[in-house]
Amino acid sequence: MIKRILQSVLLSLLLLAGGAHAAGGGLAWDKFPTEKLKDSAALQHGAKLFVNYCLNCHSAAYMRYNRMVDIGLTTEQIKDNLLFAGDKVGATMKAAIDARQAKEWFGAAPPDLSVIARSRSAAGQGSGADYLYTYLRTYYRDDSKPTGWNNLAFPSVGMPHVLWQLQGERRPIFEKKTDHGHESEVFTGRWEVVKAGTLDAREYDNAAADLVAFLQWMSEPVQKTRVQLGVWVLVFLGLFTVIAWFLNAAYWKDVK
Amino acid sequence: MAEFKELPADAPIAQKAVTWFHNRFPTAFEAYRVHMSEYYAPKNMNFWYFFGVLAMLVLVLQIVTGIFLVMHYKPDAALAFASVEYIMRDVPWGWLVRYMHSTGASAFFVVVYLHMFRGLLYGSYRKPRELVWIFGCAIFLCMMAEGFFGYLLPWGQMSYWGAQVIINLFAAIPFVGPDLALLIRGDYVVGDATLNRFFAFHVIAVPLVLLGLVVAHLLALHDVGSNNPDGIEIKANRDPKTGIPLDGIAFHPYYTVHDIMGVSVFLMIFTAIVFFAPEMGGYFLEFNNFIPADPLQTPAHIAPVWYFTPFYSMLRATTDPMVNVLCVVVALAALLAAWKGALPGRAKLAILVGAAVAIVLLKTFDAKFWGVVVMGAAVIILFFLPWLDRSPARSIRYRPDWHKAVYGVFVVFFLILGWLGIEPPSDLKTLLAQIGTVYYFGFFLLMPWWSRQGTFKPVPDRVVFRPH
Repeated sequence: MIKRILQSVLLSLLLLAGGAHAAGGGLAWDKFPTEKLKDSAALQHGAKLFVNYCLNCHSAAYMRYNRMVDIGLTTEQIKDNLLFAGDKVGATMKAAIDARQAKEWFGAAPPDLSVIARSRSAAGQGSGADYLYTYLRTYYRDDSKPTGWNNLAFPSVGMPHVLWQLQGERRPIFEKKTDHGHESEVFTGRWEVVKAGTLDAREYDNAAADLVAFLQWMSEPVQKTRVQLGVWVLVFLGLFTVIAWFLNAAYWKDVK
Repeated sequence: MAEFKELPADAPIAQKAVTWFHNRFPTAFEAYRVHMSEYYAPKNMNFWYFFGVLAMLVLVLQIVTGIFLVMHYKPDAALAFASVEYIMRDVPWGWLVRYMHSTGASAFFVVVYLHMFRGLLYGSYRKPRELVWIFGCAIFLCMMAEGFFGYLLPWGQMSYWGAQVIINLFAAIPFVGPDLALLIRGDYVVGDATLNRFFAFHVIAVPLVLLGLVVAHLLALHDVGSNNPDGIEIKANRDPKTGIPLDGIAFHPYYTVHDIMGVSVFLMIFTAIVFFAPEMGGYFLEFNNFIPADPLQTPAHIAPVWYFTPFYSMLRATTDPMVNVLCVVVALAALLAAWKGALPGRAKLAILVGAAVAIVLLKTFDAKFWGVVVMGAAVIILFFLPWLDRSPARSIRYRPDWHKAVYGVFVVFFLILGWLGIEPPSDLKTLLAQIGTVYYFGFFLLMPWWSRQGTFKPVPDRVVFRPH
C-alpha cells in the first residue's frame, strides 16, 4: 500500500515537472543579443529610434531626457537631436498624445514604456528584452484587424506596426499540423516578404535589437553602476569575512 | 539604588565619565551585564544559531531603509507607483535603499523560517521556553501582516490584485465577512483609502508591535537561557564557586565575535542579491509589479510573494472534496477517541457531539471559508507546539532516527506547498497540495502521539563540544 502511494506521488511529481515546461505555450521568444547593452553606439541608436518612433504615443514618464548622458550623449546632443521643441532637458519623456483619444483609436491607452522591459519578463520564457525583441520582429499584415496589423508574440495587438517602413511587410508561413486528432495552424518560423522595407532583414533585426537595448537600459538606468559597485562591496565583505573569521578563532581559542 | 560613587579628583577622565553615567543611569550598566557580558550561552551553539541575530540585523536594516523610503514615497494611489520609480532613478542612492528594503523583506522571512526550524530541531520551545516561542510566533504573525501591508505600497498590478485576493478572503467569513472586508479596504474596491491605511499600518502600527514583541522575545529568552543543539539545560551544571554554568560562555565577547562572522557571511549573500539579482528571478520583485495597478485589468495569474505561498497553497487546497475528507477525518478522530481514549463517558459523549457539530458546520459553510480557516490554523497551530511535542528528548539528536524522516518529509512538503502556491492550479497540483496540507496538520496534531514513539537515545549530562 505504502509503496503504491509512494509510486503515485513520484509519478505525479514527474508529471508536474513535465507540465512546468509545457505551461509556457505560445510563441517561443527569440534571444535578445545582450551584448548590445554594453555598446553605447547601439544604445544611442536605440534612443534615436525610441524618440522618433515610440515617443509620439508612448511616454516614458519616469525617465528624464538628460539621464541619457549615461549612455554617452552630451546634454547638447540631447537638446539638439532628441528633444521636442519647447521641452527642457531635465524634463521627463512625456508623449503629446491624449490618453483618452489614444484609447479610442487603438482600443487601449499606449502603456508607459519606462519599465516595460522589466515588466515583460516571464519565468521559463525569457527576459523582458527577449519578449520585446521578438515582438518588434513578428508584425504581419492582417486585414481582419482594425489597424491592418497583427503580431505573433502579441496576438490582436492594438498597436500598428510603427516600424513598417523599415521592415517592410511580411507574412508568416504557417503549416497544418495534426496533434491528437486536432488540426491546427502552426507557425513554421519562416517568413515571406510581401513588400521590402528600407532595411534588409539583418539590418532590421539589428535596429530592433538597438531599440530593445535602449528600452532595457531605460528600465533601470543604474543597472551598470549597480553591478560595478556590487563587485567592490563583495570584495570588501570577502576581506572582512576573513578578518572576522580570524578574530572569532582567536577568541574561541580559550573555549575548551 | 546603587551607591553614589565619588572618585578622587585626580582619577583619569575616562573613569570619571563612566562613573558619572553609572551614578545617574545604573540600569544601562546592569542591562549590559545581564544581557551581554554576563549572559551565559551554551558553548555548543552551531550554525543554526546564527539566524536569531540575522533576523535582528534584517529588522534593523528594514527600519533604517524604511525611514529613508518614507522620505520620498507618496502614499497616494495616483502617485505611489511613480514615486517608487522616482526613488529608483532620481533620489541619490534611492535604488540601493529600495533594493535593500525589497530584498530585506524576503531575507527576513528566509532567516526567520530557518530560525523557527532550528527551534523545531532542538526543541527550543519546550519547558521553560514556551513563552519565548509564543512571542516568536507572534513576531512571525506580525511579519506576515507587515509583508502584506508593505506589498501594496508600490501600487503595481501584483500589489493591487494580491491585496484584493487576500482582503476578499476575509469576506468569506460567515455573517461579518463582507463588513469586515469593507472595514479593511475602507472602500468598496481596493483604492486610495486602502493604500493610505496600509501605509499607516506598515510604517508605524505593525513595526511598533513588532519591536515590542522582539524585546519581549529577547527578555524572556535571557531569563530562561538559550537552548542548545543537545537540548541539555546548562544551568543544571554550575561551577560550585562562581555559579556560572560549566557549559556556558559569556555572550560578549564570545558570541559577539562569532555573530560578526555570521553576519559578514550573510551580508555577502544579501549584497550579492541586492547588487546582482534584486528581482531574484521574479520571486523577490514580481515582474507584473512593474505595471501600475489597474483596477479594470485582472492579471491572468495572481500569485502572492513566495513567503506566503505555503499557506496560500493550503487555502487553495481546501476545495469541496477536501472538506469531505476533513469531515471523515473529524469523524474518525472522534470515534477513535471514544473507543480508545481513557476518558470518562461524559467526555466521550461530548467529543462525539462536538464532532457531529463540526461536521454539520463543515458542510454548511462554503469551502472558501474553510480554506481561510485552514490557512489561519496553519499559522496558529505553531503557537501550541510546546504542548504538542511530548518527546522525552528535546533535541532531534537523541530522538529515534525515523523522527528525522518525519521532519524531513515535513520540510519537503512545506517547500512543495510553497512552490505550488506560485504555480497556476491544476487538478494534479491541487491533489498534491491537499496531500501536503494533510501532512502539515497531521505532523502537528498527531505530534502528541508520534513524538513519544520509538527508541530514544541516552542524553548526555554535558553538552557535546569540540574545541575549534
